[in-house]
Amino acid sequence: MTSDQTPLLSVRDLKVSFTLDEGLVRAVDGTSFDVMPGQVLGVVGESGCGKSVTMRAILQLVERPGRITGGEIRFRRRDGGEPVDLARLSPRGAEMRDIRGGEIALIPQEPMAAFSPVHTVGDQIVEAIQLHSHRWEAGGRKLSRRDARDITVGLFRDVGISMPEQRVDAFSWQLSGGLRQRAMIAMALSCKPSLLIADEPTTAIDVTTQAQVLALLRDLQAKYNTAIIFITHDLGVIAQMASYVVVMYLGRVMEEGPVDEIFHAPKHPYTKALLRSIPSLYGETRVALPVISGALPHPFNRPPGCPFHPRCPDVMERCSAAVPSLQPVAPNQLASCFLYHDQADAG
Amino acid sequence: MTRYILQRLALLPLLMVIYSFVIFAIIQAPPGDFLTAYVATLSSSGSSISTEQIAALRAQYGLDQPMAIQYVRWMQNLFHGDFGLSLEYQRPNADLIGEQLGLTVALALFSFVLTWVIAVPAGIYSATHPRSLGDHVLTVINYVGVATPNFMLALILMWIAFAYFDISVTGLYSPEFVDAPWSFARVWDLMGHIWLPALVLGIAGTARLSRIMRANLLDELNKPYVVTARAKGMKEWRLVLRYPVRLAFNPLVSTIGWYLPALFSGSLIVATVMNLPNIGPLLLRSLINQDMYLAGGILLIYSFLTIVGTLMSDVLLALIDPRIRVEK
Amino acid sequence: MTTAIAGKEAEDRVAVASNWRLVWWRFRRHHLAMASAGLLIFLYLIVLVPDFFSTQNPEQTDARQAFIPVQMVHLFDDGGVSPWVPAIVGKRHPVTLRMEWTVDPKKKVRVRFFAPGYSYRVLGMFETNLHLVVPADPSMRIFLLGSDRLGRDQWSRIMHGTQTSMTVGLVAVILSVVLGVVLGGLSGYVGGKTDQVIQRVIELLQSVPTIPIWLALSAALPRDWTPTQVFFAITVILSLVGWTTLGREVRGRFLALREEDFVLAARLAGCSRMRIILRHMVPTFTSHIIATSSLAIPVMIINETSLSFLGLGIRPPAISWGVLLQEAQNIQTLALAPWLLTPGLVVIVSVLAFNLVGDGLRDAADPYSN
Repeated sequence: MTSDQTPLLSVRDLKVSFTLDEGLVRAVDGTSFDVMPGQVLGVVGESGCGKSVTMRAILQLVERPGRITGGEIRFRRRDGGEPVDLARLSPRGAEMRDIRGGEIALIPQEPMAAFSPVHTVGDQIVEAIQLHSHRWEAGGRKLSRRDARDITVGLFRDVGISMPEQRVDAFSWQLSGGLRQRAMIAMALSCKPSLLIADEPTTAIDVTTQAQVLALLRDLQAKYNTAIIFITHDLGVIAQMASYVVVMYLGRVMEEGPVDEIFHAPKHPYTKALLRSIPSLYGETRVALPVISGALPHPFNRPPGCPFHPRCPDVMERCSAAVPSLQPVAPNQLASCFLYHDQADAG
Repeated sequence: MTRYILQRLALLPLLMVIYSFVIFAIIQAPPGDFLTAYVATLSSSGSSISTEQIAALRAQYGLDQPMAIQYVRWMQNLFHGDFGLSLEYQRPNADLIGEQLGLTVALALFSFVLTWVIAVPAGIYSATHPRSLGDHVLTVINYVGVATPNFMLALILMWIAFAYFDISVTGLYSPEFVDAPWSFARVWDLMGHIWLPALVLGIAGTARLSRIMRANLLDELNKPYVVTARAKGMKEWRLVLRYPVRLAFNPLVSTIGWYLPALFSGSLIVATVMNLPNIGPLLLRSLINQDMYLAGGILLIYSFLTIVGTLMSDVLLALIDPRIRVEK
Repeated sequence: MTTAIAGKEAEDRVAVASNWRLVWWRFRRHHLAMASAGLLIFLYLIVLVPDFFSTQNPEQTDARQAFIPVQMVHLFDDGGVSPWVPAIVGKRHPVTLRMEWTVDPKKKVRVRFFAPGYSYRVLGMFETNLHLVVPADPSMRIFLLGSDRLGRDQWSRIMHGTQTSMTVGLVAVILSVVLGVVLGGLSGYVGGKTDQVIQRVIELLQSVPTIPIWLALSAALPRDWTPTQVFFAITVILSLVGWTTLGREVRGRFLALREEDFVLAARLAGCSRMRIILRHMVPTFTSHIIATSSLAIPVMIINETSLSFLGLGIRPPAISWGVLLQEAQNIQTLALAPWLLTPGLVVIVSVLAFNLVGDGLRDAADPYSN
C-alpha cells in the first residue's frame, strides 16, 4: 500500500451511543481508521467492543435507541467528486439509500436469519438489483425482473453455487449454511460495490465451509478489487484475509498497522494479550493458555482513562486519569497507550 | 398440499357426527319437552288441553319414542336435508333458518373484513411508531375495546343515538325496506345499516388483533433480515410492508381459525340486543321454548360454520407460508 | 435482566433475590398495573362484605319510587364537613301520569359514614349493622346510583352483583386452572396414548362455537334449581371450555421441561413421579400460570355477564352484573334512566383492571416473552 493514495473511507473520531432506561451506553467512543481502495482491512476485538456498531454506523443502520453522536465518516463516491460525510446524511434519505447496497454492501453475520424465510432467495436478490438498476447500464430504465433474474443466476454461478437456475427459486431454509452465505455474498456483490463490509461472515458456519467461503471472498476480492472491511474475533481468519489490522476494545481503537507488524511486533498490551491467548502448534502441550485477566466491564461502568487499564499488566498511574491518543509507534503502526507517549504530552 | 386439504375435508363429516351427538344430548337434557312447556303456557292463559290430545301430539312429533330412536330419526331426516318441523312456529325449520342464515353469514364476514381493515394498519402504525402519542392512544382504545362486552357497546350506541339524536340504529333496514323484495336499493340500504352492528361485533376482535399485529411486528422489526433489506437501500415503508409485515401477518392468519367462529357466536348477542335478522335470536327463542329440533338445527349450523372457518384458516396459512406449504 | 445497575450492593441484592421477589420488583414498576391491582383488592373487599357497602337491602322494592335519579354524595356544607345528598322531588307527568323525579340540591338529606343501618351477617358468621354510608334519618332511603323500575336501589344491587360476578369469574378460572394443569400436565408428562386422547378432546372443545353451546347448556339447567345451584352450574359450564388454552400451554411446558437436565437429575435421585411434577416442574412455570389465569378471569366475567344478560345465566332473584344489565335492555327505559347502564361501567372497569394486572404480571414473570 502506498501512502500517497487517498482513502476510500475515512472514519474520524466516530461516537455512537445508546440511550437506555438505565443510562447512556457509549458503544463507540472516538474510533478512527482509514480504508484504502481495494484494501482488506481486518477489525478484531472481543464481542461487545463496538465492531459491529461501527459498521452499522458506516451504513447509517444504527437502530433506536442508538444514534451517531459525533465524528465523521468520509466516503469517496464512485462519481469521483469530493468525499461525502455519511454521518451527516439522513439515514432514510435518497443519497444514503443509493450508497447502501450500491456502493457499500453488507455481508451479515447469520446467513440463516438474514434472508426472509417467506421470500425466495432469488426474489430478494432481484429486488436489490432492480433497486440499483442505473448501475447496470439499463439506459436509465428500471431493469425488468427477467433481466435481474438472469443477472442473479450469473452471480450465483460466480460465487460457486451449483445448479443456480434451481437455487434462485429456493427458500433460504432449503439451503445449507455454506450455500446461504454464498447467496448472501452474491447479493452483496450484485451491484459491484466499492466497499464490502463483512460482519463475522463465517462465525455461524462450520469450519470446512468456513475455509471455502474465505477462499471465495479472497478470489472475488482479487477479481473485482473491492475494498473489504472484515470484522471478526478470530485472529486466524484475520491473518488469512487482511493486509491491515485495526484492534478495537470498548469502542476505541487500541492499535493498528499492517498485518505482519501486528502479529509479529504488537505494541499495545491488549494486542499482546490477545495474541498470547492463541494456541500454538509449536508450544508446550497440556499447559493452560494464558487468558486476559478480569472480565469485560459492564457497558454502563466504563472505566475512566484508558478503557483497558483495569485489565492491563503494564498499568501506570496516569492510565486511569487520561485517555491516551493514537500515536505512531513504528513505521505504519499506531497505538494508543501511554507506554509509547512522551512524558511531554502527559498533561 | 392438495392431499392435506382432502384429508381435512374427509375429517369434516366425522366431526359433524360427533357434534350432532353432543348437540342432541344437550337439547334433550332439559326436563320435560316442548309439550310440557306448551301445556304450561296454555294453562297460564286459561285454556286447557285434554290428556288424550297431548298424547296424540306427542306421538305425532315422536316425542314418546326412546332417545336412541329419536336421534336416529333426526339424523335420517337431516341426511335428506330435512331439519324437521318447528314445534312453536309450525313451519319447517329449514325455512326458518334459511331466512336468517344469509344475513348471519353476511354480518360475520362483513365484521371480519372491517376488523382486519382497521386492525392491521393500526397495528403496523403502533409498531413502527412505538411509544409515540399515536401508539399510546391506540393502546388505550385497544384496552377499552377488549374490556367492553359487545352487547354493552351496542346498548351504549343505541342509547346515545336514541336519547341525543332521536334515531333508531336497530335492525338492518330502513322501515320501508324491511318487507320489500330484494332490489338494488334494498342492498344499498342494507350496506348503510350493516356497518354499525359489524363494528360493534368486531370491536373486541379489532383491539385484540391490532395488539397481536403490533407485538408480532415489533418482534419481526428486530430480525436480521430487516437489516439486510435496509442494507440493500430499500425505502423504509416499502421494506416494512414487504418483509416484516409479511412475516408478522402469518400468525395473524392462524387467528382466523378461532376468530371467525367467535364472530358467528358473538353475533348472537349483538343481534339479540340490536334486533337484527340473524339465527342468534331464533336460537335463543327456541332454547327458551324447548323447540328442540329448531335449536338442534341451529347449533349444527353454528358448528358447521365453525369447522369451515377453522379449515379455511389452516388452508390459508398453508398457502401464504412456504414453510408450512412445503411440509404438507 | 437486572433492574438495578448502580453499585455492587444492588447487583448482589438482585443475585440472591428469589424468583418471586424479582417478579414483584418488576411488577412494581408498572404503575398502571399497580393501580389496577389496588382497585381489584377493593372490589374483592366488596365481594367479602357487600352489605357493608350497601345503603339498603337490595331486594327492597317500592313501585312508587321507580326511576329515582342519581343522588350524589356531597362532603361539605356550610364551610364544614357535613355529608349530604340532594333530596328528590316527584311530579306527576300531566299526560302519562307517571311520577317523574328530579333532584333538588337546595333540600339536603344528611348522611352519615360508618353508621348503623339494616342488619346483615358477615360471611354467614356474625351479625352487624355497620354500613359505609346511610341516611342520618333511618326512615329515609337514598339512591346513590338511582333506582330501577321496581324502586330497588341500584347502588346496593351493584354491590351484591359484584359479589356474584367477581366470584363466578374467580371460581371458574380456578376450576379451569386445576383442569388445565392436571390434564395438560398429564398429557405433557405421560405422553403416548394419554396425550393423544387429551389433545383430541382439547381440539374438539376449542372448535366448539362457544356462546351457542353455553346458551344451550344453560337452557338445559332445570328451572327449579336454587340460585346457588345455578351459580355453580354456570361456573362449571364456563370453565369447561376455558381450561383448554391453559391445558395446551402447560402441556407445551411439560414437553420442554421433560428433557431438561434437572428433571433427569431428580429422576436419577429416585424422586417419585408426583414429586418430580409438583416439586420440580410446576414451580418453574407457576408465575406464568398466575399471569395467564389473571387474564382469563375477565374473559369469564364478560361471558357470565353476557349469558345472564340474555337471561340464560345467573337468574333473578340472584343478582349479578349481567342480571342488572337486563334492566337496561329497553332503549326507551334507558333514555329515561341512563343510570341503569352503571353496572356495565363496573364491568368495563373491572375487566380493564384485570387485563392491566394480567399484562403487568406476564411482563414481570416473563421479561423476555414480550
